[in-house]
Amino acid sequence: MSGETIAVRVVAAEAITPTIKRLRMVARDGARLPPYSAGSHTVLTMASGERVIRNAYSLLGSTLAGGAYEVAVLRAPRSRGGSAFVHDHVGEGHELTLSVPINLFPLNRRARHHVLVAGGIGITPIGAMADELAKVNASFELHYAVRNEARGAFCGDLAGRYGERVRLYVSERQERLHVHDILMRQPLGTHLYVCGPEGMIGNVLADARALGWPETSLHAERFLAAAGGAPFALRLAKSGVATTVGEDQTLLEAIEAAGIEAPFSCRGGVCGECELPVVSADGEIDHRDHYLSAEEKAAGCKIMPCVSRLRGRELVLDL
Amino acid sequence: MPVVKSRPVWGRLAPSPFARRHLVFCEVAGLGAVERAFAGTDSIRQRTSLNLIVPPDFAPARSERLDALGFEAVHEFPSVETVLVRLRVSLSQAAMGTLLYLAGGEAFLDQATCLAEACGVAGDGVQTEHCGSTGRRVQCVHCKGMMADVTMSPVVCDHCGLHLTVRDHYSRRLGAFQGVCADAEAPGVLPEPTRIDA
Repeated sequence: MSGETIAVRVVAAEAITPTIKRLRMVARDGARLPPYSAGSHTVLTMASGERVIRNAYSLLGSTLAGGAYEVAVLRAPRSRGGSAFVHDHVGEGHELTLSVPINLFPLNRRARHHVLVAGGIGITPIGAMADELAKVNASFELHYAVRNEARGAFCGDLAGRYGERVRLYVSERQERLHVHDILMRQPLGTHLYVCGPEGMIGNVLADARALGWPETSLHAERFLAAAGGAPFALRLAKSGVATTVGEDQTLLEAIEAAGIEAPFSCRGGVCGECELPVVSADGEIDHRDHYLSAEEKAAGCKIMPCVSRLRGRELVLDL
Repeated sequence: MPVVKSRPVWGRLAPSPFARRHLVFCEVAGLGAVERAFAGTDSIRQRTSLNLIVPPDFAPARSERLDALGFEAVHEFPSVETVLVRLRVSLSQAAMGTLLYLAGGEAFLDQATCLAEACGVAGDGVQTEHCGSTGRRVQCVHCKGMMADVTMSPVVCDHCGLHLTVRDHYSRRLGAFQGVCADAEAPGVLPEPTRIDA
């Protein structure tokens, strides 16, 4: 596993909506967990029988409540195991391992105003940002789009805590989030943060760019839930290992399952930590990450194994 | 002269068609860069206002040059200090979608980018082009006084009179290089003067 890890125990597990479960974790040895900034994530390692599941989750709150960490886990409709495992098997007393938090989605502390936009479970880092901004009395507004109030995590909490700074958009009530109108009227020096479904992030950023917002002011978290695909053969040239990447397995998971240490951090195609050199590819590399440039993807010399895979017969990596 | 790693890297003005308003602040030395960058962009020029520092001795022929720009508005200011007051007000009243352009000497760019950054305007939200003086803006780390257009090191502090060595250290927060007492250990023994504006 990459970097430092911390052994934790779940001290509270609560279904906050029918599909979202919140876990509160403390260190097993009683030490205070390290502080972190809003927008940080941690990778949870869970043992499901023989299988090791590793998923990245945004940390709730900011620097936090008494040295504990909290995450909110949405049961993914097509879970490859991680979120279903949390919902079905992780409860109070369960022991897990987590990575030291890393922040790939930080607030810009010199911004004059912050516009936070969340869709669905994207509220987890965005809610942490609101918390941190409120604590330092910074100017912000939060726009949160959900399907219905019952399924939206923290709707009531957010409204109670931040009052008029929060706007809720419930699609079942035909309320639509018109980002364009919101972005039209922001003072110069504003920064925008968006987390939610891929389509929503794309639309929000496109609106902002069309209205002349500079790239410096735009921040998005696009963690990908790594999806499966057709199986293919994998050979690790340096280690001399040959294995198969299964339909429901990521390339990174297959490497780990073969007992080979590979670097990683976000496991969502964002951070770049897991980049591996490609020796040869009998087939077409299916680049699914947001890290490599278009040129790098076309060149086919590198792959991000946490989300990307091969459409073809065999992939050989320099590992 | 040693390479100044923290020294800001200035760019080249290139108006963005996406910006809804364009705010230009420049010294006379930067006027040529503004003329070049905004040439042939009618729709952009109609949404552009220019704030120009015009020293009292600047040739009166300027009005034709300024008219030829075809900007929505042109405002003239007698000094860097006065134009910075205007910049602060403009930034506080502007909306997102406004792009800031700065052109002029090192000391002007130092001060204007510093002010913009303090207002949350940085990165590709502000374009710069260096024209004219390469003298640096220096802060005396002892009395905190600022000096513009410093070209030699050591330099005598305008405010407290100490001899200062201009260090290769730029503070974006202050928009200035750091000047440190040059003869603290052996008063009166000064290093050879060197040009720092090369």
